[in-house]
Amino acid sequence: MDLPEEEFIYPGTRACAGCGMALIYRIALKALGAKTLVTVPASCLTVLHGMQGFCSTKVSVYHTPFATTGASASGIVASLEDKGLENEITVLAFAGDGGTTDIGIQALSGAVERGTNFIYACYDNEAYMNTGVQRSGSTPYGVKTTTTPEGKLSHKKDMPKILEAHGIPYIATGIASYPLDLFEKFKKARTIHGSKYFHILSPCPPGWGYDPKDTISIGRLAVQTGFWILYEIENGIFKLSKPSSRYLDPLKRKPIEEYLKAQKRFSEMTQQQIKVYKVYIDNMWKDIKRRIECQN
Amino acid sequence: MKNSKKDYQKILGSVQKPVLGEAGKTGTWSSKKPHIDLNTCIPAKSGKSSCFNCWLYCPEAVVTRTIPPQIDLIHCKGCGICMEECPVNAITMEEVKY
Ligand SMILES: Cc1ncc(C[n+]2csc(CCOP(=O)(O)OP(=O)(O)O)c2C)c(N)n1
Ligand code: SF4
Ligand code: SF4
Ligand code: SF4
Ligand SMILES: [Mg+2]
Repeated sequence: MDLPEEEFIYPGTRACAGCGMALIYRIALKALGAKTLVTVPASCLTVLHGMQGFCSTKVSVYHTPFATTGASASGIVASLEDKGLENEITVLAFAGDGGTTDIGIQALSGAVERGTNFIYACYDNEAYMNTGVQRSGSTPYGVKTTTTPEGKLSHKKDMPKILEAHGIPYIATGIASYPLDLFEKFKKARTIHGSKYFHILSPCPPGWGYDPKDTISIGRLAVQTGFWILYEIENGIFKLSKPSSRYLDPLKRKPIEEYLKAQKRFSEMTQQQIKVYKVYIDNMWKDIKRRIECQN
Repeated sequence: MKNSKKDYQKILGSVQKPVLGEAGKTGTWSSKKPHIDLNTCIPAKSGKSSCFNCWLYCPEAVVTRTIPPQIDLIHCKGCGICMEECPVNAITMEEVKY
């Protein structure tokens, strides 16, 4: 299996060097193709699309107010249905973690409860990056942001779980470090009718504090330490994705310190805080183990 | 523009034109640029269509999937991901003068 050669984003965008989100978006559009309509709220992705008059993508993009991503997707889908184009065009909502887990959560919940036939993808750089790194509901424990100078006190929101409670047909997590996994998931989502949700971890060099060359390796570490888990939930059935499946065994996981130490945003974490992380990761995996055993 | 109502309508109803280098020549953002050693690069050496990690992982889509791969240095932001992800260390980051 290989990725198609055709590109839907022109080089020379406004995204930072080494931006994880830019790569995620590139892969997603390769999977979905030219007949895709995108709706985007205020975020770094807005900036990637460019200024008035010109844009960087070949697909059509609708810039929607911050809180309205889900609602705008419902509206676009309704208008496509009215024109008889709903089977021809894929509607893709693409939003940041602030725009998804905090500001757009109500509109998203409403859209999927209505069963809107669309794909919603959250690229999670774990803070409000476009406005200079403020904490969001998706910022992990211990992370220093401009609004959590001593480190965040709570863990990140488990957004896919919240979406699962809506009973939607497809949920997937992803990361650009495993591009084929991400590509296959978008390909599959395109063929499923109803609301599909993606949560994609998106390493961000300036916001996380690392050299841009390490975007892929940091993402790989997130998976290898068990911090970020790649899976799909299709019609309620949970399936670990291949890159994550071996980490069900705790002995196979790399120590979480390797991931934390590679990024400035986790600097000054105490041994006590690192212990909190170990328990957090163990508990996530214990839940998954139980779930897989119940399914069998 | 006078910022009259008509002008605003023009803005709201405008169609954005897709362009290469929407943010300008982003290659000027960094002075270090990737250089591929063709004696080491897998497809260049073997003549076979394989690897292309530099193409796959480039966030800016400035690498071609050709033998040998070519890089649009006018827009390459010099992040160094291609260098990191090359399995045979065929890529080095080198100072480029404009
Ligand atoms: C209603 C409203 N409030 C605030 C802003 C300012 N704003 C623009 S982008 C942004 C951050 C978005 O964060 P996130 O959704 O995580 O995306 P990221 O920038 O991290 O890619 C903020 C606060 C806005 N444009 N509109
Ligand atoms: S701040 Fe982070 S997410 Fe935003 S464009 Fe830069 S690298 Fe990408
Ligand atoms: S340095 Fe970065 S932008 Fe330039 S070719 Fe390599 S991966 Fe692409
Ligand atoms: S990643 Fe390295 S070996 Fe592979 S195609 Fe690019 S330069 Fe050649
Ligand atoms: Mg964000």
